[in-house]
Amino acid sequence: MRRTCLNMVYELAQRDDRVVFIGSDLSPGLLSDMQTQFPDRYFMEGIAEAHTIGMAAGLAMDGYIPYVNTIATFITRRCYEQVAVDLCMHDLPVRLIANGGGYVYAPLGPTHQATEDIAIMRALPNMAVVCPADADEMTRFMNASLDWPHPIYIRMAKGGDPIVTAGQTGFEIGKGVLLRDAAGSDSVLLVSTGVTTTRCLAAAEALAARGLAVRVLHLPTVKPLDQDMLTDLAAEAQLLVTVEEHSLIGGLGSAVSDCLIDRLEGRLPKIRKLGIPDIFAKAYGGQDDLMHDVGIQAPHIVEMVEQTLGLN
Amino acid sequence: MTADPIALARSLPAAPLDARSRYLRRLTVDALIGGERGHIGSTMSLIEILRVLYDSVLNYRADEPDWAERDRCVLSKGHGCLALYALLADKGFFDPAALTDFCRHHSFLGGHPERGKIPGVEASTGALGHGLSLGVGMALAQRMRGRSARVFVVMGDGEINEGSVWEAAMNAAKHRLDNLVAIVDYNKIQSAGATAVIQDLEPLGDKWRAFGFETQEVDGHDITALEQVFSAAPRAGGKPTAVICHTVKGKGIPFAEHDPSWHHKSKLPVDVHADLYAALEDN
Repeated sequence: MRRTCLNMVYELAQRDDRVVFIGSDLSPGLLSDMQTQFPDRYFMEGIAEAHTIGMAAGLAMDGYIPYVNTIATFITRRCYEQVAVDLCMHDLPVRLIANGGGYVYAPLGPTHQATEDIAIMRALPNMAVVCPADADEMTRFMNASLDWPHPIYIRMAKGGDPIVTAGQTGFEIGKGVLLRDAAGSDSVLLVSTGVTTTRCLAAAEALAARGLAVRVLHLPTVKPLDQDMLTDLAAEAQLLVTVEEHSLIGGLGSAVSDCLIDRLEGRLPKIRKLGIPDIFAKAYGGQDDLMHDVGIQAPHIVEMVEQTLGLN
Repeated sequence: MTADPIALARSLPAAPLDARSRYLRRLTVDALIGGERGHIGSTMSLIEILRVLYDSVLNYRADEPDWAERDRCVLSKGHGCLALYALLADKGFFDPAALTDFCRHHSFLGGHPERGKIPGVEASTGALGHGLSLGVGMALAQRMRGRSARVFVVMGDGEINEGSVWEAAMNAAKHRLDNLVAIVDYNKIQSAGATAVIQDLEPLGDKWRAFGFETQEVDGHDITALEQVFSAAPRAGGKPTAVICHTVKGKGIPFAEHDPSWHHKSKLPVDVHADLYAALEDN
């Protein structure tokens, strides 16, 4: 997904001379083709995220579209004020390509794990938050990103993630994708963003084998949220489960429940939220290990649905 | 025994004010009284810097604030906005009558300047330590577009406590941005007291030189000297310029000069209003 995203920056740069790439001390040789072809629009800067965001804002004020890339925790926690003031207050079309959303950097410890990035980014006016599920969706999103006139936070997964959106076409910022449909009444609705969508699809198959009607709603843009699609599907569900590789504070589950409390008052389905509890990771290993520890793998989704519906 | 830093600041020479400088200060006092608040000390030290930029250095069109070829001026010490508002009003970017609505609910002139709301304001500032990075991006953009426009960034002395300023300074030198001018309003007093006590900046000129800037120091109230220094930028090909302006906090208001308690004031009594205007009368 990361390679796809950066290759798309180069492709967009070939199509549109407003596109600029800014990295913060990334791998040697990264996007070397772009550097060779467009040296004026390729910047590899030092370990100075606060400055880099301001520099990107200054370029965007003159009509450029900077794609800024570094590790997710550094581009959110370190320079939150620059993101808030320089990008969001000015409402500039700067794109933050955030490596390692969630537990991607499991072996490196909590300093490198972006587990509250969605919450703090979506709290900022004008900021869009996008979490593609796979490389195919990343390609479609990147095409759509070019002319979005506001800042965007792009949450990257690990890379090599299973392709689960292959049948989809196009990408519209603010639109959800019903990746698995089923008979509507009394359905179970699994709602996800990013790579937990893959886990939801696996869980849905297991639950369907037990005779349940399970839908999977993928929300690649947590903000703006597709409130209409979410509300329509939730209105037909007996149980809605949100699943995210993110803190339970302020992420997808919060966005979904905030929306539904406003729109379905008195008609709410049962709602359960699976995500990361209010802790820093206590172990290392791999992304899947930590996702298992906090209970956001497919078997945990199945278990939550069965428990809530009294099926086990 | 360490010398009293504020007494030392008082002993430094500072040019007297002419009629235009007193007029501009009266505009800021109009706004200060209208809004019942403002960073008066930080404003008064800044007026000659902005006056010289807008009177005789910057290339701009007040009736076309977004003119692509303009020189950019970013007031990074956004709390000094009363000085900027006075200059922008005086130059015709907006009606000077708006000044007395400063900070009022319906006003477009807030306690820190906002891009998009105020014609001529290049960037929303107020959170300190942002302006030089914005200026680096703007200066790169001018070069990429083949323009000769320059970018001036005006910072406070307390502001440059922020680490992001020095990230930006390193980066400006890396990119050899000779179209970028960093200006420090060095009035020697930040909110809590003397900079020499709170966070000593010395040797300040050496710091900017070490970061790769062609550095000048000047009396920040001397119109002729400021004109010479600002107009000469870029002073060296391939190097950004820094201008350290030695100024007086509260300049022009004798009872406020060098006094940290005048950094910001709100709800001043009516008799003090009269004292402020009296201090700025033309003789």
